[in-house]
Amino acid sequence: MIALTVNGKSRSVDVAPDTPLLWVLRDTLGLTGTKFGCGIAQCGACTVHLDGDAIRSCITPVSAVQGKKITTIEGLSGDGSHPVQQAWMAESVPQCGYCQSGQIMSAAALLAKTPKPSDADIDTAMSGNICRCGTYQRVRSAIHRAAGQEA
Amino acid sequence: MGATMRVSRRDFLRTGAAAGGLVIAVQLPGCGPRGAESGAEGGAGAKPAFEPNAFIRIGEDGWVTVVAKHLEMGQGTYTGLATIVAEELDADWNKVRVEGAPADASRYNNLHWGPAQGTGGSSAIANSWEQLRKAGATARAMLVAAAAQEWGVNAAGLTTDAGVVTDPAGGKRAEYGSLAAKAAKLPVPENVPLKDPKTFKLVGKHSARVDTRPKSMGQATFTQDVTLPGLLTAVVAHPPRFGATVKSFDAAEAKKVKGVRHVVQIPTGVAVLAESFWSAKTGRDLLKVEWDESQAFTQGSAEILAQYRELAGKPGAVARKDGDAEGTLARVSRKVEATYEVPFLAHACMEPMNCVVRLSKDRVEVWNGEQLQTGDQMALAQAAGVKPEQVSLNMLYAGGSFGRRANPKSDYLLEALSVAQAIKGNAPVKLVWTREDDTRAGYFRPLTLHALRGAVDGSGKVTAWHQRIVGQSILTGTPFESMAVKDGVDGSSVEGAANTKYAIPNIQVELHSPALPVPVQWWRSVGNTHTAFAVECFIDELAALAKKDPVAFRRGLLANAPRHLGVLSLAAEKAGWGTPLPAGRARGIAVHESFSSYVAEVAEVSLENGRPRVHRVVCAVDCGIVVNPDIVRMQMESGIAYGLSAALFDEITLKEGRVEQGNFDRYRVLRINEMPRVEVHMVASDAPPTGVGEPGTPPIAPAVANALYALTGKRVRTLPIRL
Repeated sequence: MIALTVNGKSRSVDVAPDTPLLWVLRDTLGLTGTKFGCGIAQCGACTVHLDGDAIRSCITPVSAVQGKKITTIEGLSGDGSHPVQQAWMAESVPQCGYCQSGQIMSAAALLAKTPKPSDADIDTAMSGNICRCGTYQRVRSAIHRAAGQEA
Repeated sequence: MGATMRVSRRDFLRTGAAAGGLVIAVQLPGCGPRGAESGAEGGAGAKPAFEPNAFIRIGEDGWVTVVAKHLEMGQGTYTGLATIVAEELDADWNKVRVEGAPADASRYNNLHWGPAQGTGGSSAIANSWEQLRKAGATARAMLVAAAAQEWGVNAAGLTTDAGVVTDPAGGKRAEYGSLAAKAAKLPVPENVPLKDPKTFKLVGKHSARVDTRPKSMGQATFTQDVTLPGLLTAVVAHPPRFGATVKSFDAAEAKKVKGVRHVVQIPTGVAVLAESFWSAKTGRDLLKVEWDESQAFTQGSAEILAQYRELAGKPGAVARKDGDAEGTLARVSRKVEATYEVPFLAHACMEPMNCVVRLSKDRVEVWNGEQLQTGDQMALAQAAGVKPEQVSLNMLYAGGSFGRRANPKSDYLLEALSVAQAIKGNAPVKLVWTREDDTRAGYFRPLTLHALRGAVDGSGKVTAWHQRIVGQSILTGTPFESMAVKDGVDGSSVEGAANTKYAIPNIQVELHSPALPVPVQWWRSVGNTHTAFAVECFIDELAALAKKDPVAFRRGLLANAPRHLGVLSLAAEKAGWGTPLPAGRARGIAVHESFSSYVAEVAEVSLENGRPRVHRVVCAVDCGIVVNPDIVRMQMESGIAYGLSAALFDEITLKEGRVEQGNFDRYRVLRINEMPRVEVHMVASDAPPTGVGEPGTPPIAPAVANALYALTGKRVRTLPIRL
């Protein structure tokens, strides 16, 4: 059994230690807000927070996160009140929506460390998150909006 | 689809009028899908008290449920459809929810596609506009009649707004929910008048999408998220080349993986079924499969292109012939020729293809980002040996499609069914493709070549245009063939070229459609993906030959195409066409009609480390009446990003028959640091609404290519752009 802290709750899972965190979240814990897009840390759809840092859960073995705090989209606010989620709704960012959990988690991690990001900061933090609907312009606006709210 | 389907539209409209009676037929409460798995989000509706037609249910709590017959795959369809209903119904937008329709073409057919149900060709809003206006107006009339009856007054004196009927004279008001039960007992009126568009309260104004909140909270349900009691996940080992089959396999190692329950051979490979994705994938990767490649396709993209270049030297099937292009070109000296080439492309939706199937004694249940209900229902029924009505399709949110999920061969659905059949229906099956499975499965945008020759006269007018297109037919061999392939010409191969509105006296457009075993399919805007590139770049070449400004040159050729002219002029004006730019930057323009919408785009580019950098795109669109301006803006941004990705990066190449790309490391797509600033301007119009999902895509590649010519003096004739 592997002990995890997910969204503030202690969970223990009986899976092979090399199982990527993504599939533990989705298949074992039923937290399906975190998405599978590529499996090789190229698209960012699986982004979650590990002790506050944005990580790609599709290549992170569950054994590597024992005892650490994991936050998923479901735990970011619970009620959509996180400034990034509020900004996402105000800017109407999502289209198909499949990549948006990952986009939001990457943006929230960026703002936690860089409360007033420049466009260049946004490019650096967000270029690992692919959106095939091309919502990038609104992602950028929403991050600036969330930064304003947090100020 | 779309443009090529229009040939049948008039025929269908006759049938459609007849089907109108069915549409208004009262639906019994309890029919159709319900609940969380429908893919819709919104307020919890109480038991529906009033179902005036197939598209509307109103509960006693006042919640209005709009049944969307079209897939929400990102284009804002659910919101647009609900807006049309809510407008005529005078509903309270805060109490409107949307639910995906079941597969039932008798009620939910696409009015542009005859008797078939499905989403594509940028047709969702266009074909639903009148139908849903009538549905909403009819429901409103019945609610008003119920209030009039209750209050003993004349219905004509009552008004409605935001879900409330008011009697201004009597000082009474009633919410729709309280009238629902009574309205349900009234006869359904015919020929209810529709609103004067000047009085619209939601159409043209509303902006918030119904799916934004769940999609910002990780709560929207995609097929990937579906679970059922006892569900097994299947991951499949697919052949390395098109046309290869399984010769033998050794599953010993795969079966040792914890959680693996079955390993089965299916027509398309070998499937590993397990209690979780990771077990199934681990098992799949441990399979030892020997493939029979004796019938496999072993050519590479380079060989295909070489054959296409040879074909381009020979006459093809004639798609359009006005005057004498060959003769004119033979006579004149002021002429130019150029060949444009574009590669195979994968759709690369963020949600790789997947599907859930549950078999029972006399039923096939499917959960899917369902885009082609009628075709899929028939294909599944045939393969399962049941009647189409025994196949139920639950339409969930799709994590992108761009055409991919409307597969005329129902490819991944039939694969999922074959896996479920191989275990005799003992468990529900979720088929999950990895990114590599998805990229290598084919159904690509066809690799295509355009050979062009053109001439201008002394005054700078185009006197001849000769275009020969070489590329696989998408529609041949599909159920759409009889409708869209005429005299050897697949309309979807030449759309955007054969129907050009440029006034040229001598035009000839020809087509070669070589057959190859590489599966091809529509990709956001279908033929327009390559015809707009070739046509709009070559028009620029002719403008240069005529020594004319690209905008002025186009204007001269579009005098009889007012909607083209409208967007061309608006985009040029808003982009500051002709005004100075910082050193090292240049502009390019393109204008194109697709799916009866008109789009012009101006791209501003520079070079950074020898690579094109697109800074700004100014887009003008005329899509008739704008149902939701923010969604139109979104779709232009999206179409531009998708097309720019293909212009700069995307490319599927074959080597010895194998697809060389598998994941986003080698199938390079546009990222945020490469996204230009996009500005969208809409032409005011009172024409019926046309689509916006695709028309933003075609003009961007030629606009960027033309800007690069203005910057460097070198023509870009191959995509993706390599300088």
